[in-house]
Amino acid sequence: MVNENDLRTIIAQVLSEMNLDQKEDTKEAGTSGCAACGSEPVIEEGCLPDVSEVDIRKQYLVENPVNGEAYYDLKQYAPCRLGIGKAGARYKTDPVLQFRAAHAAAQDAVFSDVDQDFIDKMGLFSVQTQCDSKDTYLTRPDLGRKLSDEAVKTIKEKCRMNPKVQIYVSDGLSSASIAANIGDVLPAIEQGLKSYGIDTGTPFFVKYGRVGAMDQISEITGADVTCVLIGERPGLITAESMSAYIAYKATVGMPEARRTVVSNIHKAGTIPAEAGAHIADIIKKILDNKASGTDLKL
Amino acid sequence: MQETILSVGIDIGTSTTQLIFSRLTIENLASNYTVPRISIVDKEVIYRSGIHFTPLKSQTEIDAAKVKDIITEEYRKAGMKPKDLQTGAVIITGETARKQNANVVLESLSDMAGDFVVATAGPDLESVLSAKGAGSDRISEETREVVANLDIGGGTSNIAFFHKGNLKGVCCLDIGGRLIKVENGKLSYIFPAIQELAERHQIRIRVGDRADENVLYRVCEYMAQQLAMALYIEEPDDFHSRLYTNQGKPLAREPKVQAVTFSGGVAECMLHEEGDVFRYGDIGVLLARAVNRCTAFRNVKIYPAAETIRATVVGAGTHTTDVSGSTISYAREKLPIKNIPVMKLSEEEEANGEEMKAAIRRGLSLYESQEDTEQIAIAFSGKYHTSFAQVQELAHLVIEGADSIIRGPYPLILVIEHDIAKVLGNAINVLLERKKDVICIDGIHAGNGDYIDIGEPVAGGQVVPVVTKTLIFNT
Repeated sequence: MVNENDLRTIIAQVLSEMNLDQKEDTKEAGTSGCAACGSEPVIEEGCLPDVSEVDIRKQYLVENPVNGEAYYDLKQYAPCRLGIGKAGARYKTDPVLQFRAAHAAAQDAVFSDVDQDFIDKMGLFSVQTQCDSKDTYLTRPDLGRKLSDEAVKTIKEKCRMNPKVQIYVSDGLSSASIAANIGDVLPAIEQGLKSYGIDTGTPFFVKYGRVGAMDQISEITGADVTCVLIGERPGLITAESMSAYIAYKATVGMPEARRTVVSNIHKAGTIPAEAGAHIADIIKKILDNKASGTDLKL
Repeated sequence: MQETILSVGIDIGTSTTQLIFSRLTIENLASNYTVPRISIVDKEVIYRSGIHFTPLKSQTEIDAAKVKDIITEEYRKAGMKPKDLQTGAVIITGETARKQNANVVLESLSDMAGDFVVATAGPDLESVLSAKGAGSDRISEETREVVANLDIGGGTSNIAFFHKGNLKGVCCLDIGGRLIKVENGKLSYIFPAIQELAERHQIRIRVGDRADENVLYRVCEYMAQQLAMALYIEEPDDFHSRLYTNQGKPLAREPKVQAVTFSGGVAECMLHEEGDVFRYGDIGVLLARAVNRCTAFRNVKIYPAAETIRATVVGAGTHTTDVSGSTISYAREKLPIKNIPVMKLSEEEEANGEEMKAAIRRGLSLYESQEDTEQIAIAFSGKYHTSFAQVQELAHLVIEGADSIIRGPYPLILVIEHDIAKVLGNAINVLLERKKDVICIDGIHAGNGDYIDIGEPVAGGQVVPVVTKTLIFNT
């Protein structure tokens, strides 16, 4: 085993060597760069095209294809990263940048918070699970299923108790999906239920929430049906996909199979407003049949 | 989850009357965890009738009673009752559709052929149905080629062509196997345009002449050549335009036809040329031979058709019905509804709120000026109103624009292309406090002047079968 002092010496030595190398590198690059261009850099007007704006269904990059038209037609069936060509053994620059942009968007969707202004605008009050940060949320799924004591108290104070239907919103794994879809989905569900004459409880927002938190919320509010609108784990096609999990008289510890789910709600999947109307219909069926999940045949 | 619906197709053509029963399978192709996506996944013909000569009272009148007898007998043989059927189409095609009493015949059959069987006709529709029955659209989709189907019947040749499975155009020519008839070795009937065609090529034929195989074959050669001209695989001559049925339009020159399928009675004869050429009392067999040997058709690929003589009836029985989108809104007790004229708003009208309202009012007033106010369906794309707020705005526009329907006795019927029917239906129901029957469906493309039928819901009430009829009797 290396003792602590030895380790320090080694690290100090490595660091000094690194600094030295870096200095020389910069110097070299600096001089050769200037020699190559021979003039001051010029700042041009305009901006680079946004790689995340590219519609990958419409981008076909294979050079000299046998039948490019047929491949292009196939690409229209799904937004897959196919037919994107190659530069030698590697991807082309454009697809690499798109891929990294999509990955960054996915990470942002997980790690960012839903904007408080947006929550206020939707007329929701905000409570939190037992997680105190994103890190806890990601590493302790069990805590994301339990409300904080304060949250329990707030819900008891602010919510109308024993409604037919309790709807709430939760960030889950994509805050971006909440901002993108709730404005259309939530009013569409409420309107759909209203057209059936079904009353809904007071909606609210749960920060750092997992799906299972709905069971505790169902127990607190005493709703017949509880429905959570929650951000899905983002992928590389969209970071804005949202799901609705719906259960009849959910209880803590009930089997997962008792939840009915409508997934893939985003502008390129199920149109949010239409999804909301569909969810209202499902809630009506759940109420009529007094069952949800695998107990209910839709 | 699969569900089947039974469909009937009845085709009363110039020379033959046929019927088929088919089974359409519908299935939800989406997973359990998403919004359903219900489609027709399979179409199977389960009964084919015999091929009967169409009974006529005279050259200009169909014998409705005898047609009904034929159909009744075929129902009995198939063991099928009108109430077993959920959808289908009765169509009167070719020259027969120009007969005086065609509408009366359709009406008498609509009554007996099931609850939701509808009457449609017109050469454009026939061209599309026969091509779909022949499978040209599918071949074109698979090979990615431009494929044309020539349905050569008794009175007309119906042509439709497809590129990558999409319809690119239709036309109809007065060329058919029964345009010259032969009785007891003599010519008993010659269609005027065919007589002119023959005369242009110095062939004189008159009713009462002896039926000379060689002379008539030469006429058929010129007829086959005219078919090639319709596809531009031979350059059209100056007589060609005279042969289009009802002074109809020719096909577009582009895209260029690469392959051809043949259907219709004459195509059936193309497969069986041998035997007495006048066995059907007409020039059908000779025309088949002429098409088979026509050099122009050697410049394109020829694919075998899935159906020949039955192409139109199979098309009518299996390709007229569509299903709506899977998230829709409707007043259950108002369905089915049949033969509703469609008023389509243009995209410019739809893009501007006030303009849309005005356009709905303008359109409806046209129908109101008639003696008895009809039911009407309002169709639009829906692509300008997809967010919840926009859909609310759309609901207000529709309600204000269509206030005459809302005050009237008929349901408010909206036919939309984009997937917004359910949320729009809800919005309108809330605004009208559910006091008005509203039928709001999507996933359906209908044009101005089309007619639409909406059937009883299937697949657990999630979708409705829809038949969109483009052109009833193109006169």
